[in-house]
Amino acid sequence: MRNARFVEDTITLKYGAGGSAMRALIEQVFAPGFGAVEGGIGLPEMDDGAALPLGDGRFLVITTDSHVVSPPFFPGGDIGRLAVCGTVNDLAMMGATEPLALTCAAILEDGLPRADLERIWASIRRACEEAGTTIVTGDTKVMRHGELDRIAIATTGVAIAPRIVSDRGLRPGDRVIVTGTVGDHGLAILATRGELALQTQLVSDVAPINGLVRAALAAGRDRVVAMKDPTRGGLASALHEMADKSGVGIVLDERAVPVRDEVRAAGELLGIDPLLVANEGKAVIGVRPDAADAVLAALRAHPLGGSAAIVGECIAERAGSVIVETGFGRRLLGEAEGELQPRIC
Amino acid sequence: MDSALVQLKFRDPARAAALEHALVAQAKRIGRAPVSIMHVCGSHEQAIAKFGLRAAFPDELDVVMGPGCPVCVTDVPEVDEAVALALAGVRVATYGDMLRVPGTSRSLADARAAGAKVDVVYGVAQAAELARTLAEPLVFFASGFETTAVATAAVLLADPPPNLSILSAHKYIPPVMEIVAEMPGSKIEGFLAAGHAATITGWGVFERFVARHRVPVVVAGFEPLDILAGLVRLVELIADGDVRVENAYPRCVSRDGNREAQARLWRVFEPQGGRWRGIAHVPNGNLRLRDELAAFDARRRFADEIARGLAQLWDHAPPALVAQCQCGDIMAGIASPHDCALFGRECTPDAPVGACMVSTEGTCRIWHQYGGHPDLRQLRRRAS
Repeated sequence: MRNARFVEDTITLKYGAGGSAMRALIEQVFAPGFGAVEGGIGLPEMDDGAALPLGDGRFLVITTDSHVVSPPFFPGGDIGRLAVCGTVNDLAMMGATEPLALTCAAILEDGLPRADLERIWASIRRACEEAGTTIVTGDTKVMRHGELDRIAIATTGVAIAPRIVSDRGLRPGDRVIVTGTVGDHGLAILATRGELALQTQLVSDVAPINGLVRAALAAGRDRVVAMKDPTRGGLASALHEMADKSGVGIVLDERAVPVRDEVRAAGELLGIDPLLVANEGKAVIGVRPDAADAVLAALRAHPLGGSAAIVGECIAERAGSVIVETGFGRRLLGEAEGELQPRIC
Repeated sequence: MDSALVQLKFRDPARAAALEHALVAQAKRIGRAPVSIMHVCGSHEQAIAKFGLRAAFPDELDVVMGPGCPVCVTDVPEVDEAVALALAGVRVATYGDMLRVPGTSRSLADARAAGAKVDVVYGVAQAAELARTLAEPLVFFASGFETTAVATAAVLLADPPPNLSILSAHKYIPPVMEIVAEMPGSKIEGFLAAGHAATITGWGVFERFVARHRVPVVVAGFEPLDILAGLVRLVELIADGDVRVENAYPRCVSRDGNREAQARLWRVFEPQGGRWRGIAHVPNGNLRLRDELAAFDARRRFADEIARGLAQLWDHAPPALVAQCQCGDIMAGIASPHDCALFGRECTPDAPVGACMVSTEGTCRIWHQYGGHPDLRQLRRRAS
């Protein structure tokens, strides 16, 4: 891999930030001893999920995701909606847009009001309906007060897919599409946090996008060659990972990246780049150049894809790098490290 | 938030392209390389890195950042004083950027982790508000150049709460430019001065400097077009051998600056000599509270507590990596982050070894944030 960084003796927040430190942790601690899945995708690939060949040409796709978010209720959603969408979207990123079912494990803190739990579960049910799936089994644990921030939810999803789309299929010349505005979720969350308490109109984009991805796959078929959801670490981490695994450079046209005005303004105020923060209802899709327009049109015709845009192009040079064309010059795109700290000074 | 959107009109790429061509043409006129230009402002470096401007600079031009990060040049003993106060049990408020700046052995963040009362505030006004809600004394650890010092002065002149006091690490930019210009081996041929500081001091403050050191100074704003326009003018002056001050930020900066703000500044502060971290002793480079405001000067009010806290600091060994840190040379514009073996490896924003990696205005932090290598002049333009 690109980063020859080593994992330190103590695990700190940066190992959960979705960037290069987290990838190093997986490579050096979690993945060793677990081999590849023959004819499919397993832990060594570090993709959004695993794909197990069923023997009839199809694949069983499985993914798991745990969710903690502070605050658990935020503008545009809550941890329940997030827990469903995270897993449904990870399945979709593998090409599995018809989730069969989810499992759901909840860890609760002693003292959590029942009303909060009911509210979270109502939103889990609603998100399942939107995604066309259901929860079939679960688990409950309660921890002592102070051992957890109110609630953590882990979900696992399974689906059957006729074809797998990995996150490493890019070639020079391929186009990179984002399915909508970038930075909405991350900045909505940051703006709600204590010391800042910004008065903003920012709303999280958390949504199941399996329907949106279904439309893209129907339009592009096997010309859709790579997908990734830009969650933690934002568009920056998703592009880095795709560039790195595919062995290409990605030239990102910064002016083409859709960013809401209020997100851009909040980002400037806080000193946080919207490209570095999480999205929970977006996908980065790599397509062969001849299919880019058809896929873009299909995305834009979908209610969740109205502001989809072609934002980049793959090149043979600088494999693993993401080069930003700013309109003024060029720079490399950095990745988020650790928890993003709003600028104070 | 509207102001952020208004700024967008100073980000017109077509005008930027015209300025970039002009910059190349002016640099060619000089006919030699490298031509070194220094700016002295973290906001300039932020904009240059964020917009990838170095990739558009002509090869002949070397634009380096000097001591333009107030957090970075806060000297170790100043950080130690704040940490000592906190360890001695005095409540300390400061900017988020100052929290992790390492002192001799510890930072304010370390002190907080050890149980000291340390509050993060946006600025001095919020510190004053906080003090009003408290029964105990509150010390505001104040850093920043003259622009920020003016804000501190304004609060001290407007009936501040008696339990508030100031530990001033404020610095004054004009004297340090003299130091950098006089450094042995300095190849700086022109300075890009920071527009926001000049809104206070006025651009006239640089006239004496220019006369003495025979290098041109151009005052510039912070949008990409401001920076490019400022550089074009500066390189033109260098090419013509025309040594003078020019104001390329006239929408905000006047010759005399904001006289009212200057009056407030000098009523509260007096310039004193002192060390800037990694740079040198800078005559008149530190802003300290005048005797008339001794009651609000934490150094005088809590002298015993500071002494007591400082004694505790020696219980902790300084981190071993500090010896390899190149922040001093980087802030003096002699080295770039890539000359430092620790950059991006042992030294990251999460685990900063030197002050330049802590503040969002520090060179190392900025380079790290924007991909570690903002200079992409070697990469060819997109093929399409």
